[in-house]
Amino acid sequence: MILRRFLGDGGVVVLVVLLCAAAVLVPFANLGLAPDSPLHLDNSSVQLFGKYLAYALLALSVDLVWGYCGILSLGHGAFFALGGYAMGMYLMRQIGDRGVYANPVLPDFMVFLNWQELPWYWLGFDNFAFAALMVVLVPGLLAFVFGWFAFRSRVTGVYLSIITQAMTFALLLAFFRNDMGFGGNNGLTDFKDILGFNIQSAETRSGLFAATAIALALGLLVCRFVTRSKLGKVVVAIRDAESRTRFIGYRVEHYKLFIWTLSAVMAGIAGALYVPQVGIINPSEFSPANSIEAVIWVAVGGRGTLIGPVVGAVLVNWGKTYFTGALPEFWLFALGGLFVFVTLFLPKGIVGLLRGRRGAGVAKDKASAEIEKGVDAEPQAAE
Amino acid sequence: MPRPLRIDRAGPFALFLALLALAAALLPAAPARADAEAIRPQVEALGIADGFDALEAAIAALAATGDPAAATVLEALSAGDLQVMKADKRVVIVRKDGAATIAVDPITGADIGEIGRRDAEKIRVNNRIRNAVAAAAAGLTLRAADPAVRRTAAAEMLRAADAAMVAPLAAALAAETDPETKAVMEQAWAAAVLKSDAPEADKLAAIDVLAHLGDRDALALLSAAVSQGGAVGEAAAAAVATIEGSLAVWGAAQNVWYGLSLGSVLLLAAIGLAITFGVMGVINMAHGEMVMLGAYTTFVVQEIIRTSFPGLFDWSLAIALPLAFLVAGGVGVVIERTVIRWLYGRPLETLLATWGLSLIIQQAIRTAFGPTNREVGNPSWMSGSFEIGQMSITYGRLWIVVFALAVFAGLMLLMRFTAFGLQMRAVTQNRRMASVMGIRTPWVDAMTFGLGSGIAGIAGVALSQIDNVSPNLGQSYIIDSFMVVVFGGVGNLWGTLVGAFTLGVVNKFLEPYAGAVLGKIFVLVFIILFIQKRPRGLFALKGRAVEA
Repeated sequence: MILRRFLGDGGVVVLVVLLCAAAVLVPFANLGLAPDSPLHLDNSSVQLFGKYLAYALLALSVDLVWGYCGILSLGHGAFFALGGYAMGMYLMRQIGDRGVYANPVLPDFMVFLNWQELPWYWLGFDNFAFAALMVVLVPGLLAFVFGWFAFRSRVTGVYLSIITQAMTFALLLAFFRNDMGFGGNNGLTDFKDILGFNIQSAETRSGLFAATAIALALGLLVCRFVTRSKLGKVVVAIRDAESRTRFIGYRVEHYKLFIWTLSAVMAGIAGALYVPQVGIINPSEFSPANSIEAVIWVAVGGRGTLIGPVVGAVLVNWGKTYFTGALPEFWLFALGGLFVFVTLFLPKGIVGLLRGRRGAGVAKDKASAEIEKGVDAEPQAAE
Repeated sequence: MPRPLRIDRAGPFALFLALLALAAALLPAAPARADAEAIRPQVEALGIADGFDALEAAIAALAATGDPAAATVLEALSAGDLQVMKADKRVVIVRKDGAATIAVDPITGADIGEIGRRDAEKIRVNNRIRNAVAAAAAGLTLRAADPAVRRTAAAEMLRAADAAMVAPLAAALAAETDPETKAVMEQAWAAAVLKSDAPEADKLAAIDVLAHLGDRDALALLSAAVSQGGAVGEAAAAAVATIEGSLAVWGAAQNVWYGLSLGSVLLLAAIGLAITFGVMGVINMAHGEMVMLGAYTTFVVQEIIRTSFPGLFDWSLAIALPLAFLVAGGVGVVIERTVIRWLYGRPLETLLATWGLSLIIQQAIRTAFGPTNREVGNPSWMSGSFEIGQMSITYGRLWIVVFALAVFAGLMLLMRFTAFGLQMRAVTQNRRMASVMGIRTPWVDAMTFGLGSGIAGIAGVALSQIDNVSPNLGQSYIIDSFMVVVFGGVGNLWGTLVGAFTLGVVNKFLEPYAGAVLGKIFVLVFIILFIQKRPRGLFALKGRAVEA
């Protein structure tokens, strides 16, 4: 019965409750239980689960923009990484004089490059509130500008996907340069503490896990609110029939821009929660491959649903952790195969498949039926 | 004239040693003089010369004979190996063989016999003598019988620009008959004059000669002369400005060439993608892997040739081309029939599925061939380079540009004049109508995908010559290919051509100012902005049937 509710309309609420419970139970299992207890979770597991949940938040943001709005973004990793860098810069400033070169103001890599003073874009990052603002503002601003240009000119479909890929690739190249002042190809690492707490300690890790779980729960609630609102319905209409929606009179660009920016902000927050838990942020987070992997998490889980991306992200990343440990050569075959399998046989993902089986009444896709007869489908009716 | 080898400029001493060695090595190649003995009196004169003045005169006399054998003698003299027998004042070259000292005849080189250490005394030299020997050696090489030797000697003197060479060069110039050699000698003379204390008129004439030479070496010499001041300094400064202007123009031309070369590579990589996207509306993320398969086919072909038929190496590319086309094309058709066929009308899913396929293909190649770079060699006709003015063009890149244009022309012919091309164009313009007219669109799709992949395969053959062959080869070209397709549009093959060459040239022009990475970033940002203006690229398909 719970499963049916989970898969049905109230699935999001159930998941939110589960996450809140996890935010309490997992730290308890780590800190409260004795190490020889069967339910004890060791520190690395807490860190791993926290990482999974950060990825889940990223996947949720991709789902918002793809599953509900029809924009396949192959560059959301850029927003994730930008949020991560903002948090990383705060953490670097927190190192103070405990770095290798013992410079109270300059991070180690700047001393190494013979820089004399902090560049202007690093100022203010010793303040957590400012850094938190940047986590939200920088990806949001980039998304806003990019989206404004792109949607205004009606760039859609494959072209849009390719230029999102170009955007993240350009950022990858830029952040790899040593003289950008973001740590070059080594990135930002060697963090010491966050908000005064030692970043390596078990308590901080549990705290970060709890924060990530809460953030994901909040993200789910926000997305649920948005998608069930009138705005959400228009966005779904844009996904299914963009021209028609435009002709009816809705300002399609505005709706797309709103969803796009909201999604980028969520991805930025996900990145900011990810970085303290893994302890490093480097430019390879910008790589197009990472962004495309985020898309596959959504596809596996089920796009157009909200619980799907969470399920997909956790499952695929668990699989990656397992396979890269047990059968490393096999992992890429498995990942590639997953892409092919999911697009061919699981167009609605796992959640969609289960929903269909439980009779939640998903109508047969008229568009797919037409395609099989060899008739051109409408451009945006891709499911 | 091909550039001769540069000898390390460690000063005039090194130069004259080099010249001596050169003379000693090359002069014997000149027709052997049976009357080498004729210089015996001059050689003996070296032994009986009393004092440095007399020795200098004797050296000059020996050099004046113009005999090649004199070079060996002079070399020994400067190295301190030329000694005089105390007993009969005979001049010998002394050679150490273990503990023993062997005397060698200076002209014939034959061993005379073992002598005691005190039986011969070294002919002493001072700096003036060394200079005299240098001048003499220069004189010998400049008067050699073989014009190639003279040219080489003159070119070296041009580089060294030694003031002491003015007189020998002037003398050699007067006697020179071969026009090419004369030109080089004149330049060498001009270079030497500038460094010396010759009168102003001579120096102005020298500056004129060097200004006409117009290359970087002349620029260096003239820049040094600017500090001399007066009319000479001004003339030198003016000449420097002219040469710099001309070098700037040639530099720009070189950049254009690099841009064309990069553009041809992009064209090869992107044209298959453009065709597939135009006909089917799918972006094939595995396109880079098709290129990689072509490169690995070349590797395998070369391995087989290396082990079984070594003589065929120069034909390896010609053999690899059709094989690469078939391999990559075959894989493409298989992909289309097994995966892409089921994803019609869902371009975004196709994108994801082909990305997955690219991961699988990459990992398969990695497992089969290993993750490291594999060696693919250049056939002999692709090595080396030639010069036009001040820019150098490598044969490898030249052939790739030619090849890319040939492939493009071939595809245009295919699209224009064959039935298949007609069907492809019809399906690109209006799929439903083409289907209604009786064209088997699924078959056209499969063949187009195969063609696009096959072209990627032969692009891989070309790229294997200029890039590392590794499983990641495809990834380095895929983003650029996308940019070309997005920029050029898919309505027309010309779009891909224009797009590829424009992006190549722009990239290469930005490089000197912004560096390679920043230049690439600018190009990417430019494309993102360009897409706003023309969302479907430069040469877009127009019409109601096109996706709205």
